[in-house]
Amino acid sequence: MTTAPASIRPAVARDVKPVRNRQPVHSRERWRNIVWLIPALAVLAVFVYWPLLQNIVFSFLKWNIYSGEQTFVGGANYAELATDPIFGKALLNNAWYALISIVVQVFGALALAAIVESVRSERMRKAFRSIYFIPSAISLTVAGLLFYFIYQPQSGMLDAFLTSMGLGQYAQAWLGHESTAIFAIIAMSQWQGFGYSVLLFSVALQRIPVELYEASAIDGVGPIRRFFSISMPLVREMTGLMMIVTISGAFQVFNEVMVMTSGGPNNSSQVLGTWLYHAGFLNNDFGYAAAIGVAIFVITLILAILQLWMSRSRRVEW
Amino acid sequence: MVSASVAGRLVRSALVWIVLVGLAVVVLYPLIWMFLNGFKTNTELFDKPFALPSRFGWENFVAAWQQGVGKFVLTSVSLTVLATFFTEAIGAWAAYGLTRVRIPLNRTFTVVVLAGLMLAPTVALVPLVKMFQGWGLYNTFLGLLILYTAFRVPFTVFLMRAYMMDLPLEVDEAAAIDGASRAAAFWRITLPMSKPIIITTIVLNVLTNWNEYLFAMVFTSGTGLQTLPVGLADLMSKNGTQYPLVFAGMTMAAVPMVILFFVCQRYFVRGLAGGVGK
Repeated sequence: MTTAPASIRPAVARDVKPVRNRQPVHSRERWRNIVWLIPALAVLAVFVYWPLLQNIVFSFLKWNIYSGEQTFVGGANYAELATDPIFGKALLNNAWYALISIVVQVFGALALAAIVESVRSERMRKAFRSIYFIPSAISLTVAGLLFYFIYQPQSGMLDAFLTSMGLGQYAQAWLGHESTAIFAIIAMSQWQGFGYSVLLFSVALQRIPVELYEASAIDGVGPIRRFFSISMPLVREMTGLMMIVTISGAFQVFNEVMVMTSGGPNNSSQVLGTWLYHAGFLNNDFGYAAAIGVAIFVITLILAILQLWMSRSRRVEW
Repeated sequence: MVSASVAGRLVRSALVWIVLVGLAVVVLYPLIWMFLNGFKTNTELFDKPFALPSRFGWENFVAAWQQGVGKFVLTSVSLTVLATFFTEAIGAWAAYGLTRVRIPLNRTFTVVVLAGLMLAPTVALVPLVKMFQGWGLYNTFLGLLILYTAFRVPFTVFLMRAYMMDLPLEVDEAAAIDGASRAAAFWRITLPMSKPIIITTIVLNVLTNWNEYLFAMVFTSGTGLQTLPVGLADLMSKNGTQYPLVFAGMTMAAVPMVILFFVCQRYFVRGLAGGVGK
């Protein structure tokens, strides 16, 4: 028997038991095996799942952290969410984040990975992949601070560059204006994150059997059609995964917004994460913060279910 | 006809190089600018943002180190190393248990561990603050260590489990026939065979822990416990006039992770491909 490609080999470990377990093992001994999982289950239960459940309870309370006063207010926090214009603004900003990140970090990165992989020299391919990844290795805090300076109106690189190119009329305080702040932050985030996606897509593209490309070359198919009719369909699984991961990440944004604008000016660059922080730790409204937390949870939950459903129904094999 | 297609290919290849090199410049230029700004004086920084520094002295780096960066680095290094160690240990045990050991409700436990992947830390933020205040873990190193360890477990198990599922079972069986205990099989066979994925997860966990901001900011506010990211943000708001110092601090925060990535790159890419692509 020849070896089958990894994708159609049966999942080994899940179903086939080691030899010495073939005889029915006493169930008490099997329960004793749970020691392997106890550390993981314990830390997750106490520090991840329990707080999550508590958060749902908290979202029905009016609660001042300093006085310790708690009152059950039913759905009042959620009613407040529905009418809070800044919550709406934050939601919109997260949606922009998701949309732009999908265009740049999923489809842009996929196209770029295909371009990188089309370079003949292995050493150059590796060099480009590595260079693009560097911003992902430095923290969002450092990247955020760096772009805070780049966006500065007087000493910043961007405005100086625009002026030197004769585009001085576009120079402005990018983080200081309500209309540009969130997009300046999103642009920084694309700079920081696209190399990571390029790396993942490159790896996925490398796994496409060379024969498929050779066959298409014989048939006289050009590189652009090859990208759309071979590469894209065959990395569809990775594309789907990246889309979900990217959208999910876009609704969890916190760090760069906090560092660059703290949600300002005039709450124009507020996102769900920073608005939650603002509500809980600056306005001392823990109940309302918990309700925002539930909103983030519901959004990420829907995306996770979507991801599971997609990975099950859209498996590509060759 | 032939010359037209040759010309077309040349144009295409020129375009490819313009895109690739152009992007490389967009990525590298701000980073080089950050590094060079650490050597400038405040006046140089404001008056000639594109110029090279007039001289290369390390005063700003030394001053930044003395004004707190040294302390932030110490906190960040200890936190990163310890949290990564505990996450790896807990994660490897769990991945081994889920793939190699017969455990009742195995599938349920798998779902429970991996579902943690989708939870945003912000969702648990309010209750965690409340809980840690009650337990005296708020504003402590231990508290932060626990959070960093716990929240990285699902992703670590996710990657390790995918890898261990593909390891041949025959070696386990051979070990069992030789009379090796489960624990011995884990330490002496499975763990050494999982080296690539262990390196991958270590790199990813170190990157995440070193760069983490949310927990570090909320759980160590106004103490001497700031990690590097929080400390740098503080340094900027406090030292609003001494920008070169902040740039020097940023460079010191960024360089170790860039080096780590380049050193471990080979393993890192392979391990990530194996886990995420599945």
